[in-house]
Amino acid sequence: MKVLVVADHNNKELIKSTLNTITAAKMIGPTDLLIIGNDCNEVAESASKILGLEKIYLNDDVGFKNFLSENISEFLKNFAEGYTHIIFTNNAFGKNIAPRLSALLDIMIVPDVIEILDSNTFKRPIYAGNAIATCKSHSKINILTIRSTSFPETEMSGTGVEINIINKSFNNEKSKYIGSDIEKSERPELTSADIVVSGGRGLGSGENFKILEKLADKLGAAMGASRAAVDAGFVPNDWQVGQTGKIVAPNLYIAVGISGAIQHLAGMKDSKVIVAVNKDEEAPIFTVSDYGLVEDLFKAVPEIEKNIN
Amino acid sequence: MKVLVPVKRVVDYNVKVRVKQDQTGVELENVKMSMNPFDEIAVEEALRLKENNVATEVIAISIGSTQVQETIRNALAMGADSGIYVNCEKRLEPLIVAKILASVIKKVNPDLVIMGKQAIDDDMNATGQMLSGLLGWSQATFASKVEVVDKKLKVSREIDDGIEHLEITLPGIITTDLRLNEPRYASLPNIMKAKKKPIEEINVDTLNVDLNQKLEILKVEEPAKRDAGIIVKSVDELIEKLKNEAKVI
Ligand SMILES: Cc1cc2nc3c(=O)[nH]c(=O)nc-3n(C[C@H](O)[C@H](O)[C@H](O)COP(=O)(O)OP(=O)(O)OC[C@H]3O[C@@H](n4cnc5c(N)ncnc54)[C@H](O)[C@@H]3O)c2cc1C
Ligand SMILES: Nc1ncnc2c1ncn2[C@@H]1O[C@H](COP(=O)(O)O)[C@@H](O)[C@H]1O
Repeated sequence: MKVLVVADHNNKELIKSTLNTITAAKMIGPTDLLIIGNDCNEVAESASKILGLEKIYLNDDVGFKNFLSENISEFLKNFAEGYTHIIFTNNAFGKNIAPRLSALLDIMIVPDVIEILDSNTFKRPIYAGNAIATCKSHSKINILTIRSTSFPETEMSGTGVEINIINKSFNNEKSKYIGSDIEKSERPELTSADIVVSGGRGLGSGENFKILEKLADKLGAAMGASRAAVDAGFVPNDWQVGQTGKIVAPNLYIAVGISGAIQHLAGMKDSKVIVAVNKDEEAPIFTVSDYGLVEDLFKAVPEIEKNIN
Repeated sequence: MKVLVPVKRVVDYNVKVRVKQDQTGVELENVKMSMNPFDEIAVEEALRLKENNVATEVIAISIGSTQVQETIRNALAMGADSGIYVNCEKRLEPLIVAKILASVIKKVNPDLVIMGKQAIDDDMNATGQMLSGLLGWSQATFASKVEVVDKKLKVSREIDDGIEHLEITLPGIITTDLRLNEPRYASLPNIMKAKKKPIEEINVDTLNVDLNQKLEILKVEEPAKRDAGIIVKSVDELIEKLKNEAKVI
């Protein structure tokens, strides 16, 4: 076995979920880490403290600055040789690149792995997590994306992994990065937060989300939302939790004004403790909650916020 | 500009699926089937491009057994011009679907393919990226906005920390995210009209594609169930439980 993890980072910092992916990778075999980007030395430096890696490869080139799938998968197509597994995190970065790479290598990808049974047998959720499929990969290289909430983070207590510099460039003429709208938040990152406070259509407006944000800040929590709240423009798209949004599994998930549609449950039902606040006692969210409170959120939330310390 | 829209027939999003006793899959008998919601968004976007005089023709394609023709009809009723039905009884997976699509695309020569980011049955989120790789075309996944600027497309895409903007040349592949648009309902007159629109049938055996699955499904099981919780009577009780029973705050 020889495993390669492709790190997700923003040229400055490693995205934390890469550490969960590395844990999954190490369960399969000796693991190398690839950092591909531009001006991303700092990322390699910090990654060298990750526990139990064999080697780090750093490919720093302007063509990889914006992580275009066309460029990175073209590079990986050749770099993949000699590896039995190429592993990504199942997030926007991994989902954009891993399947394209798979097709270039004539391999069927195994997306969203939640359990590793052996080096080519994996479990993954289907139908919004209402069924779990056990799949056996018959490809010479296994290309996987890992659901980070299913594996713990690898510790950063290593003593320094050797960094190998590669100097390969690739740039395509077909797609170009123009820019991005990214709102920096002081709150913890949604998919790795200990506590998540999530709001739904029941909040009624973006303005009303402030009462939830106050609670989140008191708890040091990340903010999440249902699709309905995002579609209505109350909150940004990157807050969406669910089958087609982000998957979270914090110690505590507080769902407020969320009915609990299958697609929402798919993104949060592995949380350790679930609290639901909803004025409708029939709301399906109560079927997965540990503690349900049937009350008007505009009364309950400020009271929770006030009495928690 | 010719736009091809691959549409998949899936279990309706409102159905809570049941795993079959023999663990070979989920119960599909007497279950409501619909067009994959992301594909409805893809059809809608293609139709809007046509209404804005950017696209000249919208073709819907579906691969599968006989019933997938209903899904093509739905796309025609929404307003697509014609359909292609690839007859294939074998179990599919994204790599095979992408190869079949690539093969048909070589004959049909579309300038743009708009497809769903994810089919809500197998939740793969792979076919669009794979197709793009096989064809060597540009790729813009998870699109929430598409604009045409001098024969190029400006696509905004939903990523983990916000929105990213790309410019892609044609031919290219776009996969749709939820916020791209709100798909229209087919009107009764359009449903009637759709009955007369042409659907070309292609037998998959004529396409020279390897139909052997590379990802074998060994079994399908129910997920672990959560234990039933309790309803608390007050905010004070909730806080007390979270502190002393669950110990999470
Ligand atoms: C293809 C597809 C993908 C999807 N992906 C996702 C996804 O990833 N994530 C997701 O979340 N959804 C997703 N959905 C949407 C999902 O089906 C539901 O429509 C959505 O989750 C509903 O959001 P909601 O619970 O906020 O709204 P609603 O279902 O409208 O529920 C609002 C709730 O608020 C309660 N409420 C209202 N006022 C108050 C008050 N004052 N006090 C207390 N409670 C109140 C109501 O009782 C109700 O239960 C998807 C749907 C499709 C078709
Ligand atoms: N059998 C099929 N026929 C037509 N299009 C399909 C088929 N399977 C997948 N697709 C397309 O590929 C997209 C992504 O599917 P998937 O990669 O399986 O999640 C879907 O939204 C469809 O647009």
